[in-house]
Amino acid sequence: MHPLLQVNNIRKMYGARIGCTDVSFDLFPGEVMGIVGESGSGKSTLLNCLAGHLDTDGGEVIFDTRDRGPVDTLTMSEPERRMLGRTDWAFVHQHARDGLRMSVSAGGNIGERLMAVGGRHYGDIRASAVDWLDRVEIEENRVDDRPSAFSGGMQQRLQIARNLVTGPRLVFMDEPTGGLDVSVQARLLDLLRGLVREMGLSAIIVTHDLAVVRLLADRLMVMKSGHVVETGLTDQVLDDPQHAYTQLLVSSVLQV
Amino acid sequence: MSEYNFAYLDEQTKRMIRRAILKGLAIPGYQVPFASREMPMPYGWGTGGVQVSAAALTPDDTLKVIDQGADDTTNAVSIRKFFQRTAGVATTEETEQASIIQTRHRIPEATLREDQILVYQVPIPEPLRFLEPRETETRKMHSLEEYGLMHVKLYEDISQHGQIATSYAYPVKVEGRYVMDPSPIPKFDNPKLEMAAIQLFGAGREQRIYAVPPYTQVVSLDFEDYPFEPTKADHACDLCAAADSYLDEVIMDDAGGRMFVCSDTDYCRSRRAAGHVGRLGTEAPLSTGPEAA
Amino acid sequence: MLPSHAPMIDIRDVSKSFTLHNQGSATIPVMQGATLAVGPGECVGLVGASGAGKSTLMRLIYGNYLAASGQILIGGLDVVRAEPRQILELRRKTLGYVSQFLRVVPRVSTLDVVAEPLLAVDTPLDLARDRAASLLAELNIPERLWSLSPTTFSGGEQQRVNIARGFAYDYPAMLLDEPTASLDARNRATVLGLIGAAKARGAAIIGIFHDEAARDQVCDRFIDVSAFAPRAAA
Repeated sequence: MHPLLQVNNIRKMYGARIGCTDVSFDLFPGEVMGIVGESGSGKSTLLNCLAGHLDTDGGEVIFDTRDRGPVDTLTMSEPERRMLGRTDWAFVHQHARDGLRMSVSAGGNIGERLMAVGGRHYGDIRASAVDWLDRVEIEENRVDDRPSAFSGGMQQRLQIARNLVTGPRLVFMDEPTGGLDVSVQARLLDLLRGLVREMGLSAIIVTHDLAVVRLLADRLMVMKSGHVVETGLTDQVLDDPQHAYTQLLVSSVLQV
Repeated sequence: MSEYNFAYLDEQTKRMIRRAILKGLAIPGYQVPFASREMPMPYGWGTGGVQVSAAALTPDDTLKVIDQGADDTTNAVSIRKFFQRTAGVATTEETEQASIIQTRHRIPEATLREDQILVYQVPIPEPLRFLEPRETETRKMHSLEEYGLMHVKLYEDISQHGQIATSYAYPVKVEGRYVMDPSPIPKFDNPKLEMAAIQLFGAGREQRIYAVPPYTQVVSLDFEDYPFEPTKADHACDLCAAADSYLDEVIMDDAGGRMFVCSDTDYCRSRRAAGHVGRLGTEAPLSTGPEAA
Repeated sequence: MLPSHAPMIDIRDVSKSFTLHNQGSATIPVMQGATLAVGPGECVGLVGASGAGKSTLMRLIYGNYLAASGQILIGGLDVVRAEPRQILELRRKTLGYVSQFLRVVPRVSTLDVVAEPLLAVDTPLDLARDRAASLLAELNIPERLWSLSPTTFSGGEQQRVNIARGFAYDYPAMLLDEPTASLDARNRATVLGLIGAAKARGAAIIGIFHDEAARDQVCDRFIDVSAFAPRAAA
């Protein structure tokens, strides 16, 4: 099996300050990797570098494309990278309003990626939208409502539907459950877990919430001050942390 | 006359605008930025069209100006007077006679010829603006041909109204490349965008010029199951009986009485001159259009 | 492939210590020289005083704890050095673990909690649910509870759901941590039956049983983990 994504020595500087550095890993098809660390640890910087939202100061992000095989997405032409962003890649933002068009109906939000890749049959697009609303547990009769009329949890589920409708192979998620109530988080996590398995998605999830990665991630990368300090199987890293920082992180979580 | 340079603008400005026009013609549908000048009329009154006309006019031209198809509304009259005074060119109300036609919101019914230029006044040149407020992003979308968003707009139309309710400024794709706002012409006029004449579009406030060269392919966007339909009121003109022209609805009284008349006043006048008579029409051609006060 | 006579679970000279970086970097050795092998169809009971390291050894085998040295070969894969995805694959297809506590996502029905290990190896949904239903029935979980999440169940019920989940898929190797604790006689007999059946189909099993009668009934031999305690001099 070939890795879906090969990340080699990614480095991002903010002037003299390190955003992230020396980050390398392989992600295989169907694998979910969590990146944890406190605010300022460089985890979001890394995610945005990987997704092409930030320019890097070095390194490679090699993605196994459908038509050309492994290609470094950092040196890809912009049209090609943006096409990837609408087809095989998806990005779920922490704040749904960053990932949704708030003035467009739920159906239009879901249909946008289909239309962006050439969908020109209204009936088919709408049927897909309704199907996806159902998969993310939103009532079909909300298809023509704007996201501004939705609760925070629904907005986040709509954002997920909008991203997954084109059947991407790699999903980047930035604190997907941040800012949601605990009960709403549980529902979202359960949903994401089911979709990841059904669709065989690979995902990279940035979060500071260790409960989230325990439920969703196969493996973990722990970051501190822009460096990766520990990697491994999720339950092993959480139950038998090796690095001082990971031990501190794990022991800081309140037990319920 | 001598207090104005020909057609008001100085020669350097006209050269700058002509360069933008030529670039626009070379890249059909592409919005060319230009240094729009202050004109002696407010934005929204056709400052973009006026600058394009000024750059295109020669002393031998015959100018026609229409507003919503009519030669005699305030906007049309004032622009026509503007060029009479600053350029001293001949003017006409007859489409046939004009070499340059400046228009707001209509394409004349008469088929235009290769030796004619149609200049549109454009309020908002960016067809993607409805859904994407960032200029940096819309430019990128044009350059990368990312036009899915245009169909999102049409999708929203159908989901809210059961059909594509956009009835004017209906987006088109030019020569298979750029998506373009044809200015707020009724979608009835969209098929006429493929024509023999040169079409120039000027947006003064937004500082953009774009163009459609003669015989360029112009396709109205649609869905396979909701195809584009050029629509008009389902009537014939009450003055000239034309069944094929775009009609204005005119309320006659407080009892709901109304009539439908050609929005293209010259077209209506010439048909009546040729003897066509509508439901409410009279034998003798009127000297002014029905909206005249 | 493994030669047929090779042990399914083969543990060689494994040591484990914990370094507490945030408590003066104290290093606490907890296991040394752990060596044992379990063949197909064999059930080995771990014995030793409380705190001797029975659970630690189970966690090391499952890959939940990281061994400091040695080899832990399960079906030929060395858990100590394997990539996370190899361990996950091992856990899906080869190595089952029935822990004492049920850890599940809220909102998932009991039936699907039990069916999940089967779904993870691409068993069709209806087959997986049929198998889950028969296990739940066998373990006396009332059918009206199957559609509910087990998070609200009593301790005993949760334990039985956990066992049903652990036995849903026929793992070639299994780790059982107190599978009969807090069960009544009838359910205890059912669980012992499941263990016997797993042995009969060739599963290699390592178990911790405080219940001596149960231990004697299913275990073929015992390993005293006290023997793996680190020597004071080390």
